[in-house]
Amino acid sequence: MDWAQSLRIAAPEELLSVAGIILLVASAWGQTRRDARAVTWLSVLTLAVAAIMTAPALWSGVSGADALAFSGLFSGDAFAAFAKLLIYAAAGASLLVAPAFFEKQNAYRPEYPVLVLFAVLGMSMMVSATNLLTLYVGLELNSLAAYVLAAFHKPDQRSAEAGLKYFVLGALASGILLFGMSLTYGFTGTINFAGIATALAGGAISKGALFGLTFVLAGLAFKISAVPFHMWTPDVYEGAPTPVTTLFASAPKVAALALTMRVTLEAFGPQAAAWQQIVVFAALASIVIGALGAIGQGNIKRLLAYSSINNVGFVLIGLAAGTPQGASAMLFYLTVYVAMTIGGFVAVLMLKDAEGNQIESIADMAGLSRTRPLLAAGLAVIMFSLAGIPPMLGFWGKFMVFQAAVQAGMITLAALGIAASVIGAFYYLKVVKVMYFDEPAGKATGRSDMLHEWLLATCTLFISPLGYLITKCLTALTVVAAGVLFPGA
Amino acid sequence: MTIGIEHYVVVSSILFVLGVLGIFLNRKNVIVILMAIELILLAVNINLVAFSAFLHDLTGQVFAMFVLTVAAGEAAIGLAILVLYFRDRGTIAVDDVSHMKG
Repeated sequence: MDWAQSLRIAAPEELLSVAGIILLVASAWGQTRRDARAVTWLSVLTLAVAAIMTAPALWSGVSGADALAFSGLFSGDAFAAFAKLLIYAAAGASLLVAPAFFEKQNAYRPEYPVLVLFAVLGMSMMVSATNLLTLYVGLELNSLAAYVLAAFHKPDQRSAEAGLKYFVLGALASGILLFGMSLTYGFTGTINFAGIATALAGGAISKGALFGLTFVLAGLAFKISAVPFHMWTPDVYEGAPTPVTTLFASAPKVAALALTMRVTLEAFGPQAAAWQQIVVFAALASIVIGALGAIGQGNIKRLLAYSSINNVGFVLIGLAAGTPQGASAMLFYLTVYVAMTIGGFVAVLMLKDAEGNQIESIADMAGLSRTRPLLAAGLAVIMFSLAGIPPMLGFWGKFMVFQAAVQAGMITLAALGIAASVIGAFYYLKVVKVMYFDEPAGKATGRSDMLHEWLLATCTLFISPLGYLITKCLTALTVVAAGVLFPGA
Repeated sequence: MTIGIEHYVVVSSILFVLGVLGIFLNRKNVIVILMAIELILLAVNINLVAFSAFLHDLTGQVFAMFVLTVAAGEAAIGLAILVLYFRDRGTIAVDDVSHMKG
């Protein structure tokens, strides 16, 4: 493994770090509105180029030793490439919607896109990590940038509170994760995923390694906001500025879930029985608590936060199956989830009153179908898809996950999951009811940004029945990506 | 009595639990929470260095260096957010960090 090839494999990350540093220096001089816009566009361009550099790895389905870089610390395999493409797309979309939101209160600064770039760099390292050290550095790089982003919107008092809460609980999660990693290191003698798998293969798992595994899973559950580590999510999603919430709900979720898949299936793969019960519990609890918590929420951002907890539960069902089908179903679900989430939050960004102030209360959305028919239709498609009602693409994602669970013999889990998803349908459909059948409140009348309209239209078309045209191609890619985690199969 | 690896693990576990309790039982001041977080990270470092010596493997000590560095960055960002919060509200009492609920 020579140095030049390592650098070639990690090329997208190098591009992101160099671009981030250059733009950071540039933004120290240019603080005007025009400069901030320029830095935003350059950041989006950087993400696009990084995506183009990542794509060949997914296309060729590279895996195993061919993809390893820096003496096995980092892997540029097809699985990482799939997750990275999703992350870059989600981060790019959340960057595009930011300027119009912050400029209303004159709070946009060029540091914002730079912070997003560094967060993306961290996520990119997370999904490529084949070693606990790389995992930790990537996770912290992502988290440190995210704490600042949550507290970015100075005119809003809730923003600083969200930043503080996210910081305290995020740091606690990192601590729990680290404690688990130290125990894993002590009881397996290595921090390399492949080495951990070898050490754990054969025989029962030792007490110490089991503690390590549990702490690592608890820390990761926090990052994906799975129950019982979900309590920060509604507060942070409500308090953080909406473009930041768009990012939090999409890209870091993909990164943390991909990381969870790699840690459980690759490093702890030989001891699947030890983590499967934990994942089954987290999946069911997330689905139920996510659905029950959303009932009675008056703020649309809080409602979408509970919806994201609920969706993480469905993704974890695929992980509980622990099979290649389950893993590819998870990747498919994540792709659909990213489109639904970004569409949902962009629709929230488009809800404005006559003066252009943001509207977040669900009561104020009453009769939206008469004042803003297209926006109401887009939001309705997203709500139907989140509820998993056919023919929207959200249904197909849920179907694949449940199918994988049934094939793995977990029929009870699948049945309970399906039953609980009915509870979720209640509050999604309530939003549609408020928009279409209630007396117009006449609040949400403001015009929205052109770019927001285009993004919402793209996301809505993707999750509408038209999305089924690309499911075949998407499924093939998820199978290739998930296959990397199961070298024997 | 010789001091073995288990003694180190017990000490670090006690420190870890103290740190976690410090975050949840503390009802006064956010600064105390920052100190509790540092305590957790130091518990991890004791574990890493002890295992490293026990296994005759340098990896754990390198890991501890990384943890120390990241902890410094984390404290800096935490304090920065805390200053921002204090300018907004004029208080850093834990009970007041509850404008959002539900």
